[in-house]
Amino acid sequence: MAGSTPVSLSADAAAPAAAQPRKSRPTTPAGEAWRRFRHHRLAVASAVILLALFAIVALGPFLWPVPINEIDFSAKLQGPSWAHPLGTDDLGQDLLARLIYGGRISLAVGLAAMIVAVVVGILVGAISGMASGRVDAVLMWVTDLFLSLPLLPLLLLLTYLFRDSVKSVLGPEGGAFVLIVVVIGGLRWMQVARLVRAQFLSLREKEFVEAARALGASKPRLVLHHILPNALGPVIVAGTIDVAAAIIAESTLSFLGLGFPSDIPTWGSVLRDAKDYLDIAPHWVLFPGAAIFLAVITINFIGDGLRDALDPRRVL
Amino acid sequence: MAEPLLDIQGLKTWFKTDDGLVRAVDGVDLRIDRGETVGVVGESGCGKTVTARSVLKLIDMPPGRFEAGRILWQGRDLIPLDDAEMNKIRSREIAIIFQEPMTSLNPVYSVGEQIAEVIELHQNLSRKQALVGAADMLKLVNIPNPERRVHDYPHQFSGGMRQRVMIAMALSCQPKLLIADEPTTALDVTIQAQILELMQEMKERFGMAIMLITHAMGVVAETAQRVVVMYAGKVVEEAPVGALFGDPRHPYTQGLIRSIPRVDRSAGQQARLESIPGTVPSLLDPPPGCRFAARCKYAMEICTQAIPPLKEVAPGHRVACVL
Repeated sequence: MAGSTPVSLSADAAAPAAAQPRKSRPTTPAGEAWRRFRHHRLAVASAVILLALFAIVALGPFLWPVPINEIDFSAKLQGPSWAHPLGTDDLGQDLLARLIYGGRISLAVGLAAMIVAVVVGILVGAISGMASGRVDAVLMWVTDLFLSLPLLPLLLLLTYLFRDSVKSVLGPEGGAFVLIVVVIGGLRWMQVARLVRAQFLSLREKEFVEAARALGASKPRLVLHHILPNALGPVIVAGTIDVAAAIIAESTLSFLGLGFPSDIPTWGSVLRDAKDYLDIAPHWVLFPGAAIFLAVITINFIGDGLRDALDPRRVL
Repeated sequence: MAEPLLDIQGLKTWFKTDDGLVRAVDGVDLRIDRGETVGVVGESGCGKTVTARSVLKLIDMPPGRFEAGRILWQGRDLIPLDDAEMNKIRSREIAIIFQEPMTSLNPVYSVGEQIAEVIELHQNLSRKQALVGAADMLKLVNIPNPERRVHDYPHQFSGGMRQRVMIAMALSCQPKLLIADEPTTALDVTIQAQILELMQEMKERFGMAIMLITHAMGVVAETAQRVVVMYAGKVVEEAPVGALFGDPRHPYTQGLIRSIPRVDRSAGQQARLESIPGTVPSLLDPPPGCRFAARCKYAMEICTQAIPPLKEVAPGHRVACVL
């Protein structure tokens, strides 16, 4: 007891000093969240790594202008060297160039599928949360139905069924991209929908919504201006997790040969091609695997950090 | 006499629930003239708030329903109006402030943006002009440093300050009637006095009328000119404030006044604080006669048979009691 008193005294003395500079600048809710996010070291480190990953796949082709499909049998299955920093595959193609190109596809698929999932989820959740009654019941029934579907077999079935017809319209690469994004996003919106619905159900009863209504705000205005911004915190967190999940789903599809055309490298398809050479060329599986691992784990850590930063109990 | 600002005639707002029909407001007459402060008092669940919300049509329908009556706003009935037409009246003509200042502001916008939103919605002003107007409103409600505080967020304000912001929002379009639904219940006593004083000041400045809903008799005595006492969805007594406190006629009003704690008497001479025995009757299936009969010490045979109508006992003083 005697020992704890000076400690608490010094803590009290330090608190106002720390609070003073913060008080002077306006603290927006976003600013507050950013301040809290910065304290989450793992999340900040992850954000730096992920940004570096994005920079590499975006700028890589200019810094490492090696074609992805230059076949050179004299250099096949080589380990890392100065000529090929990440080694070569069984056709002597440069792995670094292929992984940079594949990273573009994998990350783009992840982001696009997340956007599809979040948009669909917000729409369904918002309509369900605002409408209540029969509309709500039907929409939630559909959501539960989608949740109960086995994801992987359905993914396989859908890509298998629609691959050729979509390809004939949009070309082999664009077609595969659109198909994969729509299928992955279309099977991952349910979590977001449930989150948004739950948020809407509680937010629409809040006094500030009632106050805005009493002061003459129309219903669309209430939803877009007053309810939705307050519901976004958990959605952003769910969205980051969705990016990671979509990257894995795309890799899985590619690994199983149902993703992009086999001559286009993605992280998943490089992994698939490498699996037969595990014993002779371990570097070939190692690098795409590490890339997927790094992207997914950093995104998950960022999601963690965002969840802490956007926690409504702390934002108030 | 001039046309009243607000004239509620025989309003019945009922709610359909699983247990049956709740007659929350069951035939209320209430008149508010220009520039007048009318206090509406009664215990919890007597229909004060539902009456107030009915005026702005903030009742969710279903389960709510206007069963009968008219709400005449400057002679025009509000009940048949749709939401778009009501939005033109809300805050431009009639504004409301709620009980809970801590949660009545949107946490994701600065207070300036929220006041500016109301100004923008109802007046053709640019964002910039509206923000200047917001700062002016904050200044008007005595918030120090208004130019800087407009950019602050609700969590940076105390409860009393937030209620001031709410008042600023409500008054930003200079309504003719301000409905204050228990504006001071959630605040501590010193802040209560400040808020009441502020409302009084604003009233004189803008010449608006105030409908002050409260269960604190002291608040009514200080601010209102006329008082309406409600019990179980009905008006039981209506009188100028002096007459109500000096000569309360309805046994319920008498009970309410006797149950005000008096701190000016020393403990020795103080009688035990009186309370009204019993509870409010269920509004699901109200008794046929006077709704207060079960708790009334003067109750007679006739009280349980027919509902006594409001009758005038003195000019402006009406009571619904056979006594």
